[in-house]
Amino acid sequence: MREKQAYNLLFVCWIIAMIASLGSLFFSSIMNFVPCTLCWYQRICMYPLVLIFLTALIRFEKSVFYYSSSLIAIGWFISLYHNLVQLKIIPEEASPCVQGVPCAMKYINWLGFITIPMLSFFAFSILLSLMYLFYRRFVNEK
Amino acid sequence: MKNKTIIIGGSALFLICLFLIGGYFFKKSEINKYSEEVEKNRQKLLTEFAPLYGNKDAKVEIVEFLDPECETCRNFYPAVKKLIAEFDGKVKLFVRYAPFHKNSIQAIQILEAARMQNKYWQTLEFFFQKQPEWGSHQKPQPELLWTYLPKLGLDVERIRQDMNHPQVINQIETDMKDLKTFNIKATPTFFVNGKPLPTFGYGPLREAVKKAVEEAY
Repeated sequence: MREKQAYNLLFVCWIIAMIASLGSLFFSSIMNFVPCTLCWYQRICMYPLVLIFLTALIRFEKSVFYYSSSLIAIGWFISLYHNLVQLKIIPEEASPCVQGVPCAMKYINWLGFITIPMLSFFAFSILLSLMYLFYRRFVNEK
Repeated sequence: MKNKTIIIGGSALFLICLFLIGGYFFKKSEINKYSEEVEKNRQKLLTEFAPLYGNKDAKVEIVEFLDPECETCRNFYPAVKKLIAEFDGKVKLFVRYAPFHKNSIQAIQILEAARMQNKYWQTLEFFFQKQPEWGSHQKPQPELLWTYLPKLGLDVERIRQDMNHPQVINQIETDMKDLKTFNIKATPTFFVNGKPLPTFGYGPLREAVKKAVEEAY
């Protein structure tokens, strides 16, 4: 039962990484939105997670926590920063993207607050929480 | 274990199919919307000063937005010529400009001045042929363009005067304005009898021309 719960948790993580990766590819290659610099950094953190979680699922390895958490944490921080830029809490000038697509530019705005970096933030936050839960329940059992 | 494999594989397949099918329908609706947009401005697609290649009475007209400094335009050029030859007298080409590179405008001005000496196509072909030299991305050398002109038998002095002719400037400005009208962001962009291609490529271009010829003749 416990094993099954751990497995299901990993499965959900993999699905989230899949949706986030395919979704970002949909925006860039189908809808032709050019990704800005910060988007690229978040993509670098998100894309490997698909394969890392997939391998962990097939081999059922709980140690995946150690491999995935650094990517998730870095991605989460970048997406937090990106959202602060978009919400104008951090000024655009302070962001590293001066050339090409400005990071403060909003391609989509669903329901008045859901932008692409916000979707990324949701994905990384969910992954971060699930991995924390995973760690507490299945890795560091006390 | 077998169950798990099915679930993982099934989920992956489902998400990827969702992506592909969603992408297909999204692109299709985009191209439909775009076609309507082009149809509304159809009369702007042709200008009286666009260079014409082929039989002027041909019923099928290709409008190509090209850039003399663009590599893909260079690669497409022989194929487009072959296509027009293949449908012997039934297809013509109008060239319009999309100056997306740094030295495109200068090259276009020279080309238009060469047209006044009736050497347009030879010059365009030569510019395409020598494009890796004068239009290299690492080290463009637009001054090389001038060294080609005597080889083509052009009067260089007259080119220098004609390239700033108000008609040439007007033509380039009109083309650049229409890049916005038709939302053109890449070269070459083709329109066959006023219709954009469903996807970019030589195959789709040939397909569209073939269909238009069948409809017109």
